[in-house]
Amino acid sequence: MKEYKLLSARFGRSDGHKLAVYEQEGGYQALRKVLGGMDAAAVRETVKASGLRGRGGAGFPTGVKWGFVPQGAEKVYFFVNADESEPGTFKDRFLLDYDPHQTLEGTIISCFAVQAHLAFIYIRGEFGWLIDRVQAAVDEAYRAGYLGKDILGSGFDLDVIVHKGAGAYICGEETGLINSVEGRKGQPNIKPPFPAVAGYLGQPTIVNNVESVASVPWIINNGPEAYKAIGTEKSPGTKLFSVSGPVRNPGVYEVPLGIPFREFFQDYLGGMADGEELKAVIVGGSSVPVLPAAEIMNVNLDYESLQQAGTMLGSGGMIVIPESCDMVELIQVLMHFYYDESCGQCTPCREGTGWLHKLVKKLRGGEGTAADLELLEHVCGGMAGLTICPLADAAVMPMRSFLGKFRPEFEALIQETATTGPRTRWPRGEQE
Amino acid sequence: MNKPVPDQAPQKPSEATAARIDELAARYPNPASALMPSIWAIMDELGYVPETGVDLLTEKLGVTRARVYEVLSFYTMYRTEPQAEYVLQVCHNISCHIMGARGIIAHLEKKLGIRLGESTPDGKFALEGVECLGACGMGPCLQLGKHLYEHLTPAKVDDLLESLRRGEVPRADTDRELEA
Repeated sequence: MKEYKLLSARFGRSDGHKLAVYEQEGGYQALRKVLGGMDAAAVRETVKASGLRGRGGAGFPTGVKWGFVPQGAEKVYFFVNADESEPGTFKDRFLLDYDPHQTLEGTIISCFAVQAHLAFIYIRGEFGWLIDRVQAAVDEAYRAGYLGKDILGSGFDLDVIVHKGAGAYICGEETGLINSVEGRKGQPNIKPPFPAVAGYLGQPTIVNNVESVASVPWIINNGPEAYKAIGTEKSPGTKLFSVSGPVRNPGVYEVPLGIPFREFFQDYLGGMADGEELKAVIVGGSSVPVLPAAEIMNVNLDYESLQQAGTMLGSGGMIVIPESCDMVELIQVLMHFYYDESCGQCTPCREGTGWLHKLVKKLRGGEGTAADLELLEHVCGGMAGLTICPLADAAVMPMRSFLGKFRPEFEALIQETATTGPRTRWPRGEQE
Repeated sequence: MNKPVPDQAPQKPSEATAARIDELAARYPNPASALMPSIWAIMDELGYVPETGVDLLTEKLGVTRARVYEVLSFYTMYRTEPQAEYVLQVCHNISCHIMGARGIIAHLEKKLGIRLGESTPDGKFALEGVECLGACGMGPCLQLGKHLYEHLTPAKVDDLLESLRRGEVPRADTDRELEA
């Protein structure tokens, strides 16, 4: 198995956060190349030609997104989305913890590409220690002349503000994120207008995920062709997968897109931990449809293959579910999450997530009937695609897929609890 | 760290915090954008945002009281009441759940003699269940202040509680050894 270290060269090290170490290993050379002779359009074209797709979940091509900023816009803002809150996802945390300068260099280059002079790095509030780490890197970069006025004598100015979130999953949605920095509730806006046209304070604003931004220096240094040589035609490059659940080696892995799941599971994750058997995998963070073991084993890990298999690459937050887990119990945990995190602005989501949670709870409480399974489907139908942002869909996708792929477990639960009473015990823990 | 439940008169943000808010307001493109970091400045000093803090925010940033309360109530990490000295926030989302978070919560409930969502009568500990903390591969985990304790087992929880009872905060997993 070939190792790829485009993004993860300093993962696991105790010195990767230091500017001197990053510079020794080729850091800030891409920025020198950009400021030493490329114009903004050339940088945008390079990233567009690389085929880099947004790594936050949606997979929209980064270079194309940059191109949506109106020509000649006077004030442009750039946001690095480090609000990593999708259950199962912890890759951006690794990027910022072990290698903050890589993301910072990518930020400076990205800002140059869209001619932004102020960038926000929005880090979720629960990553308190990480905020200190990134702030320290920003301070170092200012002292070294990589930030501030006239960067490296190029005439390009850039300031960076590290902004601390305060506990709201919805702020990962880009308009929610922008509203949050404006000092408001993190409720998403109707699009269009898209942020690239009217975002922060009504000005053109680009919001990119940490991993997308961190990929930029490598693409500048090595060229778009080298990037496209990795991965598949429509999913170029490498991707970080953060893997949780009882596998032998959970953690964050950088792999070329298109790698077969079977190979990834066996060679990187070492298969299941002792005594555990694979039941299902949620491949791209909790909001994407679950795939049973038999289905995931034959899928390749890239945008198109996963879509064909009925799920999504999402954030790459891979949750491995063992045979010993009760799927109704797990979906109750997830429905609680979406109910808790709905921003409350759209009725289908505010009410729908509550209904889904209540119904699943009712099933486990021993009061469910077959009609409740139909009602769950019905509620999902009243939510999907009917809201301002995708949070409603993010709840519906796991709900529908759990029900669709593991319906016998739901039916058995209804039968069982009709005679034995509520199932209040969490099999992997204690009383509810 | 959150401050213990006080008996004295309501607390007030200090002059230093007020000056910090002025700095933040000048740093952001408009003062209202400095609302979240300004709330954090008050939280860092007092552990919560009292009425006097709301007054200070409206005065310094030119935002309405409604706007301040809207933001304070929307984000789960902001608090408007004094908190226990050690607020233990255990992730109960899917990955940690699969790895045994319910067992950790039950163990903490037993050891602290309180249920999830409660505080000990001496104001020392509070126990909360929270959504994903971004430590999914290292679960079960809990958050205390700025840091995360990961790979939790009942024994590790016991050690943590023992240290905290002595007033010592043990080194967290996210507080890893760094080369200077």
